[in-house]
Amino acid sequence: MAPPANRRSGFSRRAQYGLFFGYVLAVAGVLLAIFLLIISAVDPRGFSALRGLALDATSPATAGGRSVIRFFGGMGESVGAYFNAASKNAAMRQEIEVARQKLIETRATEYENRRLKQLLGVAEESEQRVATARVIGSSFDALYQYATLAAGSGSGVQVGMPVRGPEGLIGRVLDSGRFASRILLVTDGSSNVPVVLVRDGTPAIATGRGDGAMDLKTLEVGENPFRRGDLLVTSGTGGIYPPNIPVGVVVALAGDSAIARPLASPGRLDYAVVLRPYQPPGEEAYAPEGPR
Amino acid sequence: MSRIIGSSSEHRLRDIRRFYTPLITTIAAILLSVFPIVSQASPTIPDLGFMVLISWRLLRPEAWTPRTALLLGLLNDFVTGHPLGQSMAIWTLVFLAFDFIESRVGFKDYWLDWFFAGVAIIFYTVSSWYVAHVMGNQADISVTLPQMIISVLAFPIVGRVVLAFDRWRLAR
Repeated sequence: MAPPANRRSGFSRRAQYGLFFGYVLAVAGVLLAIFLLIISAVDPRGFSALRGLALDATSPATAGGRSVIRFFGGMGESVGAYFNAASKNAAMRQEIEVARQKLIETRATEYENRRLKQLLGVAEESEQRVATARVIGSSFDALYQYATLAAGSGSGVQVGMPVRGPEGLIGRVLDSGRFASRILLVTDGSSNVPVVLVRDGTPAIATGRGDGAMDLKTLEVGENPFRRGDLLVTSGTGGIYPPNIPVGVVVALAGDSAIARPLASPGRLDYAVVLRPYQPPGEEAYAPEGPR
Repeated sequence: MSRIIGSSSEHRLRDIRRFYTPLITTIAAILLSVFPIVSQASPTIPDLGFMVLISWRLLRPEAWTPRTALLLGLLNDFVTGHPLGQSMAIWTLVFLAFDFIESRVGFKDYWLDWFFAGVAIIFYTVSSWYVAHVMGNQADISVTLPQMIISVLAFPIVGRVVLAFDRWRLAR
């Protein structure tokens, strides 16, 4: 193909100046963009109003698309369910039996737990729900692992609040619009969650890796305390995330750290509960902010 | 012209189509990122907005100035939730670089377009990673590799789609 000839402005002074000023404007635009970038790095919440607005504007498309996908996905599922109904029924009945037994055991443990806590004088602090909403979308970018939630400041959702699903911790609120909010998933590289190992209570920090898993770093030097299959729950250290929310399972060991998969897998996110930021007992009121 | 087309309103319609098709297809590609296709554990879907943008730029160099990239980048930053200014800066820089390259390199063909698009995609991915890194994201640069490679390999496909739109745009 021939090179484009239209860029040459010929001998016309006016056209030459026009082209030149076009470039000056573009370079000025780049500088402006870098300036904006620096502002967003220094003050991550500087443009929150604008970002919330953009979130609100795009959320209907997201929600609509999601229901279309759900419809088609659901169709395949229900046809399959119809054919497998009989065998599934039997399996479920068996499962219920097991679950009922487990439930009774758990109730007994819970009762004992409560009594022991009363004995120790520890005040029970349950998670406080702010809103329950559908997860309507998610980003597919390695560096920015976000999900979009169909609830915003209209339902009381504020930036910094922790978000959990039925299986475990999902992340925390990053931007909130009026009807929608953006959640930073625990697998995002800028997410740090203080966790403890359920087996022996070793504290660690779970940092996102960007590929759907988390890196675990212990706070103590020594031998690797993790084993494959270990369960991790939030510790509540430092606030924001309430304690005892399941976070992930250790899937691999790497040197003196370990790799964990989140229990609330991003592919299966469905409903999420926004919680009030946890305030460790004996500390000042938590002002929601934090590094992005 | 008007003899072939028939009426002046059709004429106007065709002008609108000629002028706005690149812009609308690019905006649509940017908005695709809010459409919840799937959420995967390790993301491998190319950034379609950027791919369509550089496809149009390489196909029709005269259609857009770098300022267009600035505004489309602003839209992309808002829609995807990236730090404000990231796509604005990178996309405009890519356009300026394309302008510079085209003024130096005297010819243009399929392979060269693919090559420059590949360089642009790699630059875009690495600089996005760098911006995220500076802002405290601890993801390793290797996690962006699958997405980068797939984007480079998928560029001819996106280019084909854009070419089809271009044919439709210029059809009478």
